[in-house]
Amino acid sequence: MEKQEYTITIYTENSIGMIGRISGIFSRRKINIESLNTSPSEVDGIHRFTILITESEEVVRKLCRQIEKQVEVLKAYFNTNDELIWQEQALYKVPAEAIAEKVLVERLLRQYGANVVVIRNDYIVFETAGHREEIDRLTEELGKYSLIEFVRGARIAIIKDSAGFHTKLKQFEINEPAPDIVENEYLDQRDDVFTM
Amino acid sequence: MSTLEKTETKVATKQAAGTQISGSQAVMEALIHEGVDTVFGYPGGAIMPIYDALYDYTDQLKHILVRHEQGGIHAAQGYARTSGRVGVAFATSGPGATNLVTGLADAMIDSNPIVCITGQVFASLLGTDAFQETDVINITTPVTKWNYQVTDANEIPSVLAKAFYIAKTGRPGPVLIDITKNAQLQLFDYLGYEECNHVRSYRPAPIVRKEYVEEAAKVINEAKKPFILFGQGIILGKAEQEFKTFIEKAGIPSAATVMGLSALETDHPLHVGMLGMHGNYAPNVMTNECDVLIAIGMRFDDRVTGRLDKYAKQAKVIHLDIDPAEIDKNVKAHVPVWGDCKETLPLLTELINKGDHVDWLNKFRELEKEEIKEVIHNELNPTSDVMTMGEVIKVLNELTGGDAVIVTDVGQHQMVACRYAKYNTSKSSVTSGGLGTMGFGLPAAIGAWYGAPERDVVAIIGDGGIQMTIQELGTIMQFGAKVKILILNNEFLGMVRQWQQLFHDRRYSFVNITSPDFVAVAKGYYIDGNKISERKDLKDALKTMLDHDGSYLLEVMVGKENNVFPMVAQGTSVSEIRLK
Repeated sequence: MEKQEYTITIYTENSIGMIGRISGIFSRRKINIESLNTSPSEVDGIHRFTILITESEEVVRKLCRQIEKQVEVLKAYFNTNDELIWQEQALYKVPAEAIAEKVLVERLLRQYGANVVVIRNDYIVFETAGHREEIDRLTEELGKYSLIEFVRGARIAIIKDSAGFHTKLKQFEINEPAPDIVENEYLDQRDDVFTM
Repeated sequence: MSTLEKTETKVATKQAAGTQISGSQAVMEALIHEGVDTVFGYPGGAIMPIYDALYDYTDQLKHILVRHEQGGIHAAQGYARTSGRVGVAFATSGPGATNLVTGLADAMIDSNPIVCITGQVFASLLGTDAFQETDVINITTPVTKWNYQVTDANEIPSVLAKAFYIAKTGRPGPVLIDITKNAQLQLFDYLGYEECNHVRSYRPAPIVRKEYVEEAAKVINEAKKPFILFGQGIILGKAEQEFKTFIEKAGIPSAATVMGLSALETDHPLHVGMLGMHGNYAPNVMTNECDVLIAIGMRFDDRVTGRLDKYAKQAKVIHLDIDPAEIDKNVKAHVPVWGDCKETLPLLTELINKGDHVDWLNKFRELEKEEIKEVIHNELNPTSDVMTMGEVIKVLNELTGGDAVIVTDVGQHQMVACRYAKYNTSKSSVTSGGLGTMGFGLPAAIGAWYGAPERDVVAIIGDGGIQMTIQELGTIMQFGAKVKILILNNEFLGMVRQWQQLFHDRRYSFVNITSPDFVAVAKGYYIDGNKISERKDLKDALKTMLDHDGSYLLEVMVGKENNVFPMVAQGTSVSEIRLK
C-alpha cells in the first residue's frame, strides 16, 4: 500500500508521561513523527494529540490500535488530508532594514498574509499560518533577504466529520456505555476509520 | 451499607478509615483488600518504609525474600500462572527496579497479571541523579500495561486499586507503581480502600456483537475441514469448560499454542497437539489444508505462523480475542469476534450445529502416525546408550500421571517438555513463551509452588538456564518451596547449537558451556539432590525426586547433540515442516 500523509488525532487523559508512552509506539517501529502537537481539547481535562506521519494505511491502522490500547488513551482517529481542516503556524524574524529598504519583502509578506507581531529598530517579527507548502515557499523567499530566525509549529487539525468528544466522553464515564458509541464500532467500518 | 463497610467486614484490616496512617501502611491495606497473600521481594533503601510497615503484617502477608529482583518478578509470574491471581513483587529504587525489567517484558508479552511496587528516592530529589535513582517510569513504559509514580500518600489507595484492576482485567499485564520515599512516610487521612471497577479511558471487556458471532457460526456450520487453534486466552478467561463444550459439540480438531498448553487436557480425543516451530507435524501441515481456521485467545506469533504469506491462505479465518489490537495484526481475520471468550464461546456453541469431522480428524491422526514413526518413537524409546530429553519426560509422565505443574526454562528442554509433557488440568504449564527468557524456570517454579502448594511442581531446566538464576536456590533454602528441579544437561546451549548445526555449518560458536557440580551446589544450599547418566537409574531417580518431602535437584545427563524435531525453519511455511 502506498504511503501518504496521515494525521492521527488522539484524545487522552491529561497525565504525565503520555507523550513518552505514545511516541514509543512509533519509535519502536522506527517510524518518524513529522510533527506532534499536544493541547487541551474541546472537553475540560481531556488532552488532544495531533501527530503527522507518512505511512501506509495498514500501518497507520495498526498504530492506532496500539495507541488506543494504552490505558489512558480514550480514542485514536486517523485521517487523510482531505478529511481535515489543518494548519501550521510559523514565525519569522527579519532585519528591519530588509523591510525598510527592499519593497519586495513587504510585498511578499502581504502576498502570504503574514502579520506583524513585534516591531523593533533592528528586526521585525512576522507570523503566518497555512499549509506546509505555503510556509515552505515563504521561508525560501525570505531566505534571500537575510532571514535571522524561523520556527514552524506542529500541524493542528480539525476533523471535518467529527461531532466533537463531549457525547463520547459521557459514555466513557458510565459503566454501561451504549454499544454504538464505544464498542466494536470499528467492526462496522473495518475499512474506514478505526475507532474502538 | 456503603462499599466501604462491605469491604471492612470482608477482610481483616488493621487500619480503620478516618484515621491517620502512613503511605506504607496504605500499601499494606491495599494488598490485604485485594486478597494478596504472598509477596516476592527484596528490600533496599528507598523501599524501607514499606518493609517497615510489612513487619506488622506478616501474619497476613507472606513475604518471600528472593535472591535477585529478577527472581522476584519471575516468581510473581509463576504464582500468577498457577493461581490465576495477581502476582505481586517489591523492589527498591535504582538497581532493584531495573532488575525487574526482564520480568516485566516477559509478563507483558505473555499477559501475566502482575503488580510491582518499587521504592523511589524522595520526590524532592527526583531528577538530581540521587543515590539509587533511576527513571523507572520511563524505563518501564514499553514493558508495562500501565505504570504510575506516586509522590503523595493520599493517592496510594486509589492508585493501587487502579493498578490491580488494570493488571487483572481485559488482557492481563504487568503494572508498576513507583512510590517516592516521602510518600511512603507521609501520614495522611485514610478514607478506606475502595476497589476499582471502572477507568473511563480503559475498556477491558468489550460488548459482544451478536452479528459477528452469528457470522462465525454460519462459517463454522458450512465448513468441511475446520481447525481450531487455542491459546492462553482460554486459561486467562477461565473458559476451559466453555471451550471444551464448544469443540465437543462442533467435533473440530484443536491444537494448542505453547501458551495454550493445558487449557485442554492432553488426552482429549480432539486435541491434536501443539502448533509452532517445534510443534507437532499434523497441526502445522493441516493449517495449510483446512478451509476454516478458528483462532481462540491466541495472537499468531511468528513462531506459530512461520512464513506469513504462505500461512493458511486457503482458509477463512475466525479470530476470537479480547484485544482488538490483535485482530488483523498478523493474520487477516475474515470474521473477528472481539470479546472475552468466556462470553463469546457459549454464544457460538449455541449457534453451531452438532458436528463430527471424523474423516478430517483421521487425517490428523494419519500424519501423527508419520510423526511417531519418524520422530516421536525414537525420541521416547532411543536405542543408543545416551538418554534423550524426551524419554525423561515420558518417564516423568508415567510417574506424575499428568497431574504435576510443569515449569520450564527456555531452549531445547522447553520444547521437548512442551511437546511430550502430559497435562490433565488447566494452569499446569508455566513457561516463558513470548520473550523466551532463559533463567525464568527456577524462580517461576518457586512462585508456581506458592500459587499451588498442594500440587507437585517440577521445574525442567537446561544446564544453561539454571546458571542464570541459580541463586534462587537460596530462596528455596530459606522458605522451603517444595520445588522439584530437573536439570536436563546436554553440556551445550542446545537450541543455539542446533541452529548452528543446521544453519551455520556446525560452526559451534560459544555454545559449549561448562557446569558446576549441580548436586554439590544444591547441597551447599541444603537441598538434596542426585545426578544420573544411565537409563537404568532414570525411573528410580525420578521417583525419589517426586517422593522427596521438600525441594530436590535431579541432574540427568542427556545426549549432547540431539536435536528437537519436527522443525519449521525460520522463513519457511508451516507446511514445509521438517521431520529431520
